[in-house]
Amino acid sequence: MTLQIMEGSIAIAETVRLCRPQVISAYPITPQTHIVEGLASIVADGRLDAEYICVESEFSALSACIGASAAGSRVYSATTSQGLALMTEVVFNSAGMRLPIVMGIANRAISAPLSIWNDQQDSIMMRDSGWLQLYAEDNQEALDMHILAYKVCEDHDILLPAFVCFDGFILSHVYEPVDIPTQEQVDKFLGEFKPYQKLDVNDPISFGMYATPEYYLEFRYEHDAAVKRAADALRKYGKEFKDVFGRDYSELITTYKLDDAETAIVAMGSICGTVKDAIDEMRKDGKKVGLLSIRCFRPFPSTDIAKALSKVNTVVVLDKNVSLGAKGAVAIEVKEACYGSDVKIYDYILGLGGRDVRKKDIKAIVDLAEKGKGDMFYGLRQEVL
Amino acid sequence: MRELRIHGRGGQGSVTAAELIATAAFTAGVYSQAFPAFGVERRGAPVQAFVRFSDEKIRLRSQVYEPDYIIVQDSTLIRDVNVFAGMKDGGIAIINTEKKAEYNIPKGVKLIIIDATKIALEEIGLPITNTTLMGAFAAASGEISLDALKDAIFDRFGEKLGASNFAAAKRAFELVKEDKL
Repeated sequence: MTLQIMEGSIAIAETVRLCRPQVISAYPITPQTHIVEGLASIVADGRLDAEYICVESEFSALSACIGASAAGSRVYSATTSQGLALMTEVVFNSAGMRLPIVMGIANRAISAPLSIWNDQQDSIMMRDSGWLQLYAEDNQEALDMHILAYKVCEDHDILLPAFVCFDGFILSHVYEPVDIPTQEQVDKFLGEFKPYQKLDVNDPISFGMYATPEYYLEFRYEHDAAVKRAADALRKYGKEFKDVFGRDYSELITTYKLDDAETAIVAMGSICGTVKDAIDEMRKDGKKVGLLSIRCFRPFPSTDIAKALSKVNTVVVLDKNVSLGAKGAVAIEVKEACYGSDVKIYDYILGLGGRDVRKKDIKAIVDLAEKGKGDMFYGLRQEVL
Repeated sequence: MRELRIHGRGGQGSVTAAELIATAAFTAGVYSQAFPAFGVERRGAPVQAFVRFSDEKIRLRSQVYEPDYIIVQDSTLIRDVNVFAGMKDGGIAIINTEKKAEYNIPKGVKLIIIDATKIALEEIGLPITNTTLMGAFAAASGEISLDALKDAIFDRFGEKLGASNFAAAKRAFELVKEDKL
């Protein structure tokens, strides 16, 4: 392993190059721009033999990816926020056609009001689209998850597209050390893309045709079953990943100081790093706090989460999104996973639209949970209260 | 862990300075992290960029509120922005200005005043002070060596621009090191 320091977006572009996509189509949007600029340069410089399809919108970008994937190519795209929103119809279509497309999401808030800053509302908005959703804590995970995603998606028992989600700006624009794998390692792990079926003029088939009421239900059942099967595929290939790259992705959740914890914090993405530092400080003050980090939101690892939280008294869920009129999306799922248990689960909506989250915020939230105060937006300006 | 906060205006290269300082520190064997304050990017607007240095992997993702070091690229910012906010006792503040002024600096903070604009104009021919101030930072903090800084500057700017930018950085480094300001 050789660490080098570089911007997250550039590291992601270099890793995508190593995955040898044959077609890339994406439309630049802050804070994803550096990734597609990086890939455009890589293709223009002849460092990757791929077709880079320039398009006029995100809708067209993912549409081009659908065509290329259906024709039997390994494809890549990346977007965020409004770009993902504009893609919506195509997001659902590509999943329904069971195309193994990998797309990076530099997580960003959704308009209105306009915000270019980070939260996770954009990918959460696509919760029910049938794409897999992986969430990176740091840039190393963002790189690794791109490679892992191709492996899982292209498995003929899975055949699904995947989002690799990393917090916009916080990860996409940070310079930090990463290990960029070698081409030999990635080739060994991924191998060549072998489509299960593809468009061929000599053997015509159709993708995404209409389904009558006699069959639509079955399509949805099989799609759902595939998303659920992806959990075991992620575990299996996550273990193989360790054998090749030395980093373990065999679990859909990770924990930090959770074994003897009385209070568990549940979170997704880059906030987990700040939470770990806060936990170290709280432990010094005698508070038994631990972290459960959700690496994979779809499929949702309910059983793993329920088991990991079975010994704690209190669960603090940090949601960088909100299902308006209900709760944060993570809290809704965690509560469902722990149904029937006595554990107290509190939800905190925080960090929306780029609001900075500090160690002291994490500590304040744990204090609130201990007092039984939760299911709230945390850190609101007083004038709205 | 030590933390640096760079204050500048859009177009002055504060983000580039943070990236190059982090790169220079990392190549010398410490973990480093650099990131911008994600403001609305436009020329002239107050911007911030941050660097962290640590012997262990850096997990913290929040902005820098209690810096060990600050660099102020434009002293007119001090009217509108509390650039000294949260500075640690024993910290170092490096301010680019041509005229010595009385600043209300926190207790225990060492102040280094340098006319980086003059040095940059003479060495680079442009009033872009980021590389000059990186040289001053290297000398004042000891977080990065002049050699590592040289590599980072040449790697980013190439031979020609690298040479003039490094000349500016070196001049500032020596002025601070030899206490000749």
